[in-house]
Amino acid sequence: MVKKFLILLLVAGMGLIIFDLYQAFDSKESLGTLGEYYAQNGATDVGAANIVTAIVVTYRGLDTLGEVSILFLTAAILSFALSFRKEDEIENRELRPTSELLAIASQVLTPIIMIVGIYIFMNGHLTPGGGFQGGAVIASAILLMLMASPKLEVSHKVIAFVESVSGLAFIIIGVLGILLAGGFLDNGIMSLGTFGTLLSAGAIPLIYIFIGLKVGAELSNIVGTMSHDQNEK
Amino acid sequence: MEYIIISIGFALVLLGLYGIMYMRNLIKIVIGFTLFNTGINIVMVSIGYIRNAAAPILDAIPAAGTTPNIVDPVPQALVLTAIVIGLGVTALMLTYVLKLHQDKKSLDINNFKDLKW
Repeated sequence: MVKKFLILLLVAGMGLIIFDLYQAFDSKESLGTLGEYYAQNGATDVGAANIVTAIVVTYRGLDTLGEVSILFLTAAILSFALSFRKEDEIENRELRPTSELLAIASQVLTPIIMIVGIYIFMNGHLTPGGGFQGGAVIASAILLMLMASPKLEVSHKVIAFVESVSGLAFIIIGVLGILLAGGFLDNGIMSLGTFGTLLSAGAIPLIYIFIGLKVGAELSNIVGTMSHDQNEK
Repeated sequence: MEYIIISIGFALVLLGLYGIMYMRNLIKIVIGFTLFNTGINIVMVSIGYIRNAAAPILDAIPAAGTTPNIVDPVPQALVLTAIVIGLGVTALMLTYVLKLHQDKKSLDINNFKDLKW
């Protein structure tokens, strides 16, 4: 009883702090200095219709590289923490039969979900979306397959291959930016193209394809490792 | 409109904090953390809102010297990073829960007293 009261007291105290922030909040009428620079020059410098993509991939491309590394680190730690299992335990574990609805739906929906994921990361410079979102959608297709047939093994060889090749390609494009254009991850290594078309914004579609593949492989790896390990003896 | 969204964000933060403190099931505590995370993301996006402005996706290249009428893209790019980090943290927390469950066959936080003094 005392514990519940203390918890409520703490939440109320936090609420008081937040209420103070809420009262000080007032939406702005114009952009700040940095946002204004990106809004004015983003389309001319980078050629991407989606300004958020221009910031994430080109202006702050180094941060995105770090972000991808964090995802990779998460997948690596997960595989390390969960991998100590014997193969026969996995083969012999008892599972409830999959419902027919799920089994058939997964066969119909998996290719469609994959295509939507690819569409999202290829159009990251034109529409809301991009490598991370597209990769997450692709991993959700893998998750659906794993739910429909829980004994399915996500091939580590394929995942490791896709992940390392796309990671390497991302860095090679970045280094090419130093050699051919203004700096690391500069998208000006290719022609900027016509504004608002699929083949525009220089190297951004290429970078986003590799990020999408890498994120998709990493998240599939996370999902696969977890499903591999969930049913304990 | 922006007040509704920032209120939802703050409400999610409080709800997440309450869930972290009050729930005893470890999975529900992880859900509390993700609610907290989502709430903060919503607050950050709503801070970048500009009255009567559109999403930061342009139809045409703006003429030199003019500013297109869009909301601030910087918090949105920041939130994209925050979402990915949040996903990594959630995955690691769930792994930890899985390991704890394999160890003690329980998800109740009251059964884990090894570090309690």
